[in-house]
Amino acid sequence: MISILTTYWPDFVEGLKYTLSASVLALIGSLIIGLIFALFVINPLKPLRVIGRIYIEIFRNIPLLVVAMFFYIVMPQFIPHLDGFTAGTIGLIIYTSAFIAETIRAGIESVDLGQMEAARSNGMSYIQAMRYIVLPQALKIVIPPLGNQFVNLVKNSSVLAFLAGFDLMYQGNLIASTTFKTTDTYLAVGLLYLILTMPLSYLMRYLEKHWSTGAAE
Amino acid sequence: MKQTHFKVRPFLLVGLLLTLLTVLSGCGDNLAQQDVMARVERTNRITWGVKNDTRLFGLMNIKTGQIEGFDVDIATAVSKEIFGKDVNVKFVPVTSNTRLPLLKNGNIDALAATMTITPERKKEIMFSDTYFNAGQAIMVKKGSKIKSVKDLTKGTKVLGLQGSNSVANIKKYAPQAKVLQLADTAQAFTALKSGQGDALTSDNGILYGLNRDDPKYQVVGGTFTNEPYGIGANKGQEKFVQAINKALKKIEADGTYQQIVDKWFGKVAGFDGSVIK
Repeated sequence: MISILTTYWPDFVEGLKYTLSASVLALIGSLIIGLIFALFVINPLKPLRVIGRIYIEIFRNIPLLVVAMFFYIVMPQFIPHLDGFTAGTIGLIIYTSAFIAETIRAGIESVDLGQMEAARSNGMSYIQAMRYIVLPQALKIVIPPLGNQFVNLVKNSSVLAFLAGFDLMYQGNLIASTTFKTTDTYLAVGLLYLILTMPLSYLMRYLEKHWSTGAAE
Repeated sequence: MKQTHFKVRPFLLVGLLLTLLTVLSGCGDNLAQQDVMARVERTNRITWGVKNDTRLFGLMNIKTGQIEGFDVDIATAVSKEIFGKDVNVKFVPVTSNTRLPLLKNGNIDALAATMTITPERKKEIMFSDTYFNAGQAIMVKKGSKIKSVKDLTKGTKVLGLQGSNSVANIKKYAPQAKVLQLADTAQAFTALKSGQGDALTSDNGILYGLNRDDPKYQVVGGTFTNEPYGIGANKGQEKFVQAINKALKKIEADGTYQQIVDKWFGKVAGFDGSVIK
């Protein structure tokens, strides 16, 4: 395994670059979109609630590979130059955002209703109350489940391998098929994924601890 | 307390993973090392790895649930020649990427899966004599500016199959083109159709098979390499490979081989991969 890692190190690094960029882009994108749809589903306005619900249920219940394939195979007819990396990352963003929306919604709903009522009766608008009172509390609550989603996101980025997206898994496939050393290669690939996801896990745990003490004061 | 808990866990996990994989990788060898001849005589059952997404060579017929094609017929004819008419021939679908690991792990006894005999592969497995002469070519959408492999210049994208030696070749013949490798033929063709690449490269027989699915695409520029297909078996299976070669000679002599060639390639104009000549 060491020899595979040293011989093909540039290829692994190339793969790591793509996996990392896809993950970071998808993390930011899915957090924003997820938050928007979470605010939709808890909104007092019914049309927004319905739109949010439809979005979440559709993309939460379709396999990621299908969503990603859709953007790789079908969408280029309408949007030219949608390559494997872009298509895969868009797929990741949409798929993950549905889960993040559900997570954040649960967090918001776990904040006591009295908080919103108190804020409103103090003269805050709905948006102000959400922005300054409810969301900060909700985000603290959802950090652990959100961390899970992020770790999943990094692992799920291996979907790029099916779209010739040059990620770690794709490079692994190529190395395995050139060297025929399948076990060693996938072992190396697994380790590199661990190197990406483990620090993320620990960062989330650190944040969890840090924030929960903050909330207890 | 909490802190030590923190530091120990990653090492423990990685260690566990390593041990597990070492154990697992040690398991597969037994079956692959057993003498195929003796085992098939005993169980009356032989397992072949074939493609199931490649028209003309090995394609899953959705109506019957059977894999059909040139490779499948050759494998059946060879098995019957070696082990008698009543032998059970089982087919396992493989891709260019999975075929060697599956053979080496002992999941399959032999491979007839559009596989070119190459020096690199010879280091890993054994090959029979050539049973089909293919050559690498490119396929493009009709009306494309690309007329041959020479037109694959900078800025063009070529689709290929992971684990096939056509991707290694295309890097030699069209070093400027960007190569995108997909997992199987069907996926690569779908990617070509949706415009993810300007051309698809593979062996001519495989491309002609795709062409039949969709006449809007055409094989252009002729072949630029020779790709002799061989049946693959594990190292140490000398007796089995000798028997395969003998069986191939026999079916070539009695006309069975030519019948199979005609059945699959008789209608493909300008293409003949028959080894009898």
